[in-house]
Formats: sequence, structure tokens, C-alpha cells
Amino acid sequence: MKGLVIVIGRDLRLALRQSADAWLAVLFFVLTATLFPFGVGPEAATLRQIAPGVIWVVALLAVLLSLERLFLADFEDGSLEQLLLSPLPLEVAVLGKVAAHWLTTGLPLIAAAPLLALLFHMEPAGLLTLLLAMLLGTPVLSLIGAVGAALTLGARRGGVLIPLLVLPLYIPPLIFGVGATESALSGLSARPDLLLLGALLLVMLLVAPLAAAAALRQALE
Amino acid sequence: MTLFEGRNLDCRRGGRDVFAGLSFELPAGGALLLTGANGSGKSSLLRMLAGLLRPAGGAILWDGQPVGEDPGAHAARLHYLGHLDAVKPVLSVRENLRFWASLREGAEGQGAEGDGATAEDAGGGEAVPDDSVLGESGRLEAALDHFALGDLADVAGRLLSAGQRRRLALARLLAQPAALWLLDEPSVGLDHASVGRLAAAIAGHRARGGSVIVATHTALDLPDALPLSLDALAPPPLPEMIW
Repeated sequence: MKGLVIVIGRDLRLALRQSADAWLAVLFFVLTATLFPFGVGPEAATLRQIAPGVIWVVALLAVLLSLERLFLADFEDGSLEQLLLSPLPLEVAVLGKVAAHWLTTGLPLIAAAPLLALLFHMEPAGLLTLLLAMLLGTPVLSLIGAVGAALTLGARRGGVLIPLLVLPLYIPPLIFGVGATESALSGLSARPDLLLLGALLLVMLLVAPLAAAAALRQALE
Repeated sequence: MTLFEGRNLDCRRGGRDVFAGLSFELPAGGALLLTGANGSGKSSLLRMLAGLLRPAGGAILWDGQPVGEDPGAHAARLHYLGHLDAVKPVLSVRENLRFWASLREGAEGQGAEGDGATAEDAGGGEAVPDDSVLGESGRLEAALDHFALGDLADVAGRLLSAGQRRRLALARLLAQPAALWLLDEPSVGLDHASVGRLAAAIAGHRARGGSVIVATHTALDLPDALPLSLDALAPPPLPEMIW
């Protein structure tokens, strides 16, 4: 537990000192979503209809953009092999790094989401559900992404491979995330979708660190 | 008494045999000096002994127990210094060192039990309590001072020279105790005075009952180190294919 906090603290400190990286995902999120009103036209009804899907897809792409640096810097400067040889189980170190990744990528996206909801004329009723769904869904994106980032670590141009590996796995959180928001907007209960997102999060919390750690061991051999 | 032992180790990298049938025995407080031409497998052997690389054959034993049975316990008892320094450019020298030291701090109870036993075996137990008297932060500052990094403690990692980065990596060895040091070319980039400090650190480690395995091409003062040359262990070249 203490080791987990140490790793999270170190990665947060690194992210804050290199804050350009952290801003990149949020700026990408906001700027890309802003393109849609220009593309599909400014009618409020159209925008309202596509809002949940657009916000989720763009959030997903913003997370994707930040995945490569999750393990790469540590791999290249030797920190990763030192982490592997520290008494801390590698799975815990991975969980710490993913948690720090979510805090510096997922959380800022959630903070920026109300701005986009406003831009897309989203009903206030849907906004709360959107934020709740993102709170459950973005950690899933970070966790799945960590497995992809770990698997492509040894490969040349691994950064290009990550989207190919990870995007298909992002479909379930996308479906449930958009589903929850749309249910709330059309007056239905968002509960089933949110519960499924929560279940996905719990499963991934368990599976992703194990899978990513195994992939990292392989990459370091 | 043998503490750390390798039996008939084989190493294959990329489908090619690097060395075969390598055996060694290392007592507590002992030193092993690896020599061999470039590509003879010194780094591979050290990575193998650290648990980063699985041997293609043979066994690695600590106190008679195969280390593969409990990789976590093995990792806790060793310091591995590879070619990379694991120095973060945006963290200061002290922050870099503190992170690695604090990761080991939590698990020290479990690791130190084994270490304590080995130190007693070697009859060098006096120096160990000395360390605990110093305390965590005291040990960290002592490690910085030993490698003359005291004045650089607040300098960011990206401003360090290659030799200074290496000294910071070496300071990790002293910031937290570990029974076994695996050092891969530890003196690369070091100036003359720093090589002396490294030799002194190794001597202190051995006096406390610690063991060390060093691969190096440069002259490093290691009194009565057991030499181990990997040149003789390279497999014979494959006969030419006839067809």
C-alpha cells in the first residue's frame, strides 16, 4: 500500500514537472470536440443528438494519445528494470502508474466535459450522468491502455501499434458510457449501463495490472 | 560457506548460445570479478542473476534455495546496476535517490531478516546496526556524500554529466542496504577519484558481510576477488553447414 502511494506520488510529480504532456490530452479533447459543430453545422438539435457519442469518442482518443508515454520513458532510462527489481510487486507498481495516468489524463477530461456539454447544448439532466459514466469509464480506458502500452514496449514504433491493439477493447466502455448518457437524456434509468461500467472497472482493476506486468517482464527480458 | 551459487548456467540470446556450463560459488563477503570479451555474456549473466533473464539451463541458488521460487525475496536482497542509470531528468538528485530508497524501505523488514542472518554468518555484524542508527534520511545523505553529490543534491537530473548520473546510480547502492550487489561496468564514465570511492563502497559492503559481482574492463581495486572469465565458456563455433 505504501509502495503504491510512493509510485503514484512520483509519477504525479513527474507529470506536474512536465505539465505540457498533461495539458496535451485535455487540449486535444476540447479542440477536437470543437471541430464537430463546424463540421455538422450549428443546429442545436443535431448537436444535442450526437453529443454523448462525440464526447466519449474524443475522450477515448485523448486517452489513447497519452498512452505511449505511460511506460516508454521508464523503459528507456532503466527505471522500469529497477522497478521490477524493487521489493514492490510489479503489478502494484503498474497499478500505481495507471492511477497516476488517470489522475493526470482521465480526471482533467472529466473536468473539461461540462464545457463540451455546454457547447453541444446538452440537457443538464444528461450532464450529471455523463460525468458519472466518465468517472467509471475513464479508469477503464487507462487500465486497458496500460496493457496495450506494455505489450508494444519492446516493438519498434510501438506507439503506432497501441491504437490497433487497444481500440477494439475500448468498444465495451464506449457502448456503456454512451448508453448511460443517452438513457438519462431520454428519461430512462441510466443504472444498468452504469452498473455494467462499474463491473468492467472492477474486472479491469484486477486483470489489467496482472496482464501489463506480465507484458513488462517479457519486454525487459 | 557458499551463499550465492550458480550451477551449470546456460544462456541463449536470440537463438544463439552465449555461454554454457557456467558455475560459480560466492561466499558472504565475497567478490566475483567477471571478465571476458565484448559479447561474451557478462551483462546477460548479471541480468540472469538479478532475475531479469531466465537461464536456458542450470540453477541459481541463494543459501541453497533456487531464487526463482521467490523472485520478490530475491529482488529485495539485491541491488542491480545496469548500463542505464534510471535517473529522471526533471527530478533533483535527492528526489531521484529518495524515490528508489523509499521503495525499498517498506519491504526492508522482510529483506533485512535474510541480510541480518548472512551478516552474522560472515562475522561482520558490527557495521549493520551502525546503518540503522543513521536512519533513513541520514543514510540517504551519507550515500550522497560518499559519491560527492552533496553539493549537487538539489540539481535537476537533466543537468548532470554522464559521470555524475553514474555516481547517482551508484549512490542507490548505499541508500538502502542489500546483501548482494550486481554491478555491470560500474566505473563507466567515472573520474579517477570516483573510481576510488566506488572501490571504498564495495570494500565497506563486503566488510558488512555483503557479496558483490562486478563485470568490468577497467582496473577496480577488489582485494582477493575470485576471477571468472567468460571467454573459456563460449560454445565452440558451429561447424559449417555442408549443403
